[in-house]
Amino acid sequence: MTRIDAKFADLRARGKKAFVAYVMAGDPDYATSLEIVKGLPGAGVDIIELGMPFTDPMADGTTIQLAGQRALAGGQTLDLTLKMATELRKTDQTTPIVMMGYYNPIFSRGVDRFLEQAKAAGIDGLIVVDLPPEEDTELCLPAQKAGLNFIRLATPTTDDARLPKVLTNTSGFVYYVSITGITGAAQAQAGDVAPEVARIKAKTDLPVIVGFGIKTPETAASIARVADGAVVGSAIVERIGRGDSPAQVLEFVRGLAEGAHSV
Amino acid sequence: MPDDLINSFMTGPDENGRFGQFGGRFVSETLMPLILSLEAEYEKAKTDPTFWAEMEDLWKHYVGRPSPLYYADRMTKHFGGAKIYLKRDELNHTGAHKINNVLGQIILARRMGKTRIIAETGAGQHGVATATVCAKFGLKCIVYMGAHDVERQAPNVFRMRLLGAEVIPVTSGRGTLKDAMNDALRDWVTNVRDTFYCIGTVAGPHPYPAMVRDFQSIIGKEVRWQLAEQEGEGRLPDTIIAAIGGGSNAMGLFFPFLDDPSVNIIGVEAGGKGVDDRMEHCASLTGGRPGVLHGNRTYLLQDNDGQILEGFSISAGLDYPGIGPEHSWLHDVGRAQYVSITDVEALEAFQLSCKLEGIIPALEPSHALAHVMKIAPTLPADHIIVMNMCGRGDKDIFTVAKHLGFDMKI
Repeated sequence: MTRIDAKFADLRARGKKAFVAYVMAGDPDYATSLEIVKGLPGAGVDIIELGMPFTDPMADGTTIQLAGQRALAGGQTLDLTLKMATELRKTDQTTPIVMMGYYNPIFSRGVDRFLEQAKAAGIDGLIVVDLPPEEDTELCLPAQKAGLNFIRLATPTTDDARLPKVLTNTSGFVYYVSITGITGAAQAQAGDVAPEVARIKAKTDLPVIVGFGIKTPETAASIARVADGAVVGSAIVERIGRGDSPAQVLEFVRGLAEGAHSV
Repeated sequence: MPDDLINSFMTGPDENGRFGQFGGRFVSETLMPLILSLEAEYEKAKTDPTFWAEMEDLWKHYVGRPSPLYYADRMTKHFGGAKIYLKRDELNHTGAHKINNVLGQIILARRMGKTRIIAETGAGQHGVATATVCAKFGLKCIVYMGAHDVERQAPNVFRMRLLGAEVIPVTSGRGTLKDAMNDALRDWVTNVRDTFYCIGTVAGPHPYPAMVRDFQSIIGKEVRWQLAEQEGEGRLPDTIIAAIGGGSNAMGLFFPFLDDPSVNIIGVEAGGKGVDDRMEHCASLTGGRPGVLHGNRTYLLQDNDGQILEGFSISAGLDYPGIGPEHSWLHDVGRAQYVSITDVEALEAFQLSCKLEGIIPALEPSHALAHVMKIAPTLPADHIIVMNMCGRGDKDIFTVAKHLGFDMKI
């Protein structure tokens, strides 16, 4: 049982939905970013998504693109992102950490070496946007073997014929992308999302978490009502980007978590 | 060198879209179903005579194919070595080889019922070709172009707008071709249901590299029979040379000759200010290492942490930190040789072509020509070089004037 599995078992036992928060590692600099990350569990975050900055984030909107650029300009590296996880693990042994990003920095490091380092740093799962099931031998299968969850994205274009392929080899949870589009774009609609979540849940026992287009505590609540949890990324990153203090950012996160937990 | 089909260099990619370790389908899940349906549609079209009949009709009557294979006699005499032929793809409608591929993709898009076409462009040649074919078929066309390129390729920007396309300047990154491709992918993922992404080079997720190569292969196929017509039945070129950014004109010339062991194949990358550790160049094969970007694994300019570096070249069309995956494979298996040429060398070749042959070349093929200048004098008179003159230089005269210190203000 991974930390992710344990977290969902605990949430289920308490009748609660999951609140997942995304931040870009190293944004705007290592120290500030670490302070925010360390504060996330206390603000009600159930699972932390730690963004790995990349020069060419093809599935991300402007907000997360700029966050990646700030982090890289601030000297963030893959080593420092792993170090952030190591630091968090000194004070928190239960909050799952999922690294999210693109494949090239991992491929460049070497898959085996990366998995060993991620495991040692206390990482629990990976979301790699540009690795569909067709490329499972690259990282998905080695990651599962190393004991890390490989969390897959399902999207509105994933039809019934394709869904089983997407669910095979997925572990931890399924991340349903609420819109066809990039991060930080259109507002997610619970009415559109509900049947899609039901469609996925009919085919898997894994929890289904919904992300993209969730910006407010109200939307977090409406989405959590129809799924196993909600992810917020761009709305948090935007506040970091405009220079809010870690305390202000965490206060905003607390509101979102309360929204998701209110149902 | 292979002498049977089992060892052929022409069978790639495999069913996973791989050329050896290169290629693949590294895209987000949203795009994956569309990529698979595109592959199915292309596989169907490939063996459909009506598809090729439509292509051939348009190539002949709209593009002006076949493009001439021209014996450059003054250039040959000037170097006093190998016999130099130029494949005149700069004479195509829209002034470059790009339209060969665009026609194929737009016909496919129409078959798939897509009504909105998006494209990325560097030098603007692919954007102009896409805007042109969209105008011809009455399709909506949106072209993403790096803001830096919008500035240095102003004539092509105006051309696209005249043709009814919307040109969107891309300001992310350094505002060049790589960034334009990122934004085109973001558009595609957002408008996946009605939009067709018309990629301009032999890169991107499978099936694009193979599909674009197949459409561009008309270049090499024509060279085969044209050379035989001029030099005698069965005569093959001894060396074929083309410039490489993503590598579509080169793949189009090379592919039909891959299994002819006597043909020496040379790709010319943009060396910018020189291929050294300052990395002010676009020579992915000479100065990069394998990585994953824009849907495929290929050689990339990147730092130690896997972050992609910006390329540098005087030529907007070559200014890309990657290269088509089939080139990476041909490089690794040693079937083709890849060299680099600097901005300064390309400018010299540009001027020489104007003065000796009355042909104003684009800066992209000027790189290939600069390598011809290097090797032609060292080769015997019965050695035949065929170089792909893949684009004309009208779009580049402002850039060249600036570098030569000529004031264009009247």
